[in-house]
Amino acid sequence: MTELIVPLLAATVQSGTPVLFATLGEMFTEKGGILNLGVEGMMSVAAFAAFVTAYMTGSPWLGFIAGGIAGMLMATLHGIVCISCLGNQVVSGLALTILGVGLTKFLGTPYIGMAAPGFDKFAFPLLSDIPVLGNIFFRHDALVYVSFIIPVLFWFFFRRTSLGMAITATGEYPQAAAAAGLKPVRLRYLAVGVGGFLVGLGGAYLSLAYTHLWTNGLSGGRGWIAVALVIFAFWRPGRAVIGAYLFGGVMAFQLRLQASGTNLPSSLLLMLPYALTIIVLVFSAFRGRGTEAPAALGTNIEPEG
Amino acid sequence: MTLGFKLKKRDEPWQWGAPIILAGALLFSFIVSSLLLEGQGKSALDGLYILWTGAFGSAFAFQGTFLKAVPIFMCSLGVAVAFRMQIWNIGAEGQFALGAIGATWMALTFPNMPWYGQLPLMFIMAFIFGGIWAFIPAFLRLKLHVNEIISTLMLNYIAILLLEYLVFGVWRDPSSFGFPMTVEFSEGGIIAGIAGTRYHWGIIFCAIVGVLLWAFMRFTRMGFELKASGEGPRVARYAGMPYGFLVIFVMCVSGGLAGWAGAIETSAILGRLQPSLMVGYGYTAIVVAWLARLEPRNIAFAAFLLAALRVGVENMQLKMQIPAAFGEIMEGIILLSVLAGQLFLTYRLERKQDSAREA
Repeated sequence: MTELIVPLLAATVQSGTPVLFATLGEMFTEKGGILNLGVEGMMSVAAFAAFVTAYMTGSPWLGFIAGGIAGMLMATLHGIVCISCLGNQVVSGLALTILGVGLTKFLGTPYIGMAAPGFDKFAFPLLSDIPVLGNIFFRHDALVYVSFIIPVLFWFFFRRTSLGMAITATGEYPQAAAAAGLKPVRLRYLAVGVGGFLVGLGGAYLSLAYTHLWTNGLSGGRGWIAVALVIFAFWRPGRAVIGAYLFGGVMAFQLRLQASGTNLPSSLLLMLPYALTIIVLVFSAFRGRGTEAPAALGTNIEPEG
Repeated sequence: MTLGFKLKKRDEPWQWGAPIILAGALLFSFIVSSLLLEGQGKSALDGLYILWTGAFGSAFAFQGTFLKAVPIFMCSLGVAVAFRMQIWNIGAEGQFALGAIGATWMALTFPNMPWYGQLPLMFIMAFIFGGIWAFIPAFLRLKLHVNEIISTLMLNYIAILLLEYLVFGVWRDPSSFGFPMTVEFSEGGIIAGIAGTRYHWGIIFCAIVGVLLWAFMRFTRMGFELKASGEGPRVARYAGMPYGFLVIFVMCVSGGLAGWAGAIETSAILGRLQPSLMVGYGYTAIVVAWLARLEPRNIAFAAFLLAALRVGVENMQLKMQIPAAFGEIMEGIILLSVLAGQLFLTYRLERKQDSAREA
């Protein structure tokens, strides 16, 4: 039995990793009070930027960083429209997704089928020798190990640093934050930018580690799943990990079932993660009623005068 | 804020602001996309010329644009009404697919019926299927506070996969050499063309629906309530309006309208169900609704504009080997710039007097 379960759980961790990066990125953004529905578009663009950079320079690490920067630049567009120009956050995020997915297809089409140097799996010294757990968590590529640290940093940043608390204040009650001498506009730009960087890392994972080949439509709805998982996680990084691996599990299971030559049509299997997203949201609705969301999420700060 | 300037609220909204902002957004999007073309070593001027002639260059081109505007218009009407109530229905794409599936089901079940029996059945089923697909997120939103943006979007993915499942599986035409498509509908299941043009009678149907919807919003009590409840659920409930019922109603109608768009596209344009039906009209409809500032009477114009963009880009694809995604880029930029530009409807930039304040 373990011969079946352990590889499945290992694959779960791997396919959950890009979703985890993206979920934490969106969570970071929303902590500052900005809803960014452009995750899907940002992930696509970042996946492409990462791929091209790795392809040109031969360095997967440079590619990884480039993915983050691409995500951040896309997020800054959203910031300009919503924070500075007071545009509707829902619609701006959708526009960003349309733009990002389009841009990726436009620029990426000539690269379809090409390979770039990516991240390879290696056994983490010592930890990979732990029975069962070692095989599940510590025989992956370097980016998976990076993803283990980020939720902890995320938690520490928002709970223990004054900057983190300032961002939280901006997401809860920007007017009060401004009255207390904080700069909500700058803090929101910071939240959007850092969040975009994290989302971009998730996109980079897709083209550098999940697959080493370029294809169109790599993000395949993961960005939207990340947006949903922020709600499921009640804006807590620990629950984001659970959510991301839940989805990783379904995707890995679905792929294995397809590979096993089952009679079930692939289109029905592919529906699983999307259906699960709705189910997960229904269940989190029973637990809380959205009261955990940052109070000022989605509302813009009107300038005085 | 910006160096040396600050935002000042206008005493009255900028009167000619909306069209000027739209024009500015179009111009900006043309500039950015020209740069993208040049970046790929293609002439931007040629590109824009081909785009223009593709959309408006001949009667044939113009009619093509008009045909594409039809499904976008139908989807956008429903989206706009829902958005007005701050119900973010992103699901027109999926509701469009479900409408096509409903219509196809009827066409495949009753192929021997004459058109006056078959077409009404197809339209009824399309409306029901599209409506159900929109009812699910509306219900979840009202009863469980499930975010409708996510649920409608997930249902889009599921709808497209369902359509693929059907045409790859149970509905596949056995004589299609393995291509995923149904058999061609019988004559009674196809919306006839209007002689001498590329148009079909579905266009007339859409025009009538548009007028009816406008009259409904303008002259009925419920239309008034719908507009009023755009201020949010609390205001609506306070005013004694059945907010929950209105949300369900609006979502089902917008799902039904998108379903009709799917039925018309399947029956009049393709004549059968196949995956190439899904080209993102539902997402374009959102762009259109926002460009039209959620006003039904502006939607026809905005739908025509974005249809022209699509047809023009198809021409570029044909003649310059530009990926169709070029149109999506332009749509995205237009929408982002309009959103940013709308700032100037309520604010204007003023030179800062005392630079000491607000450093």
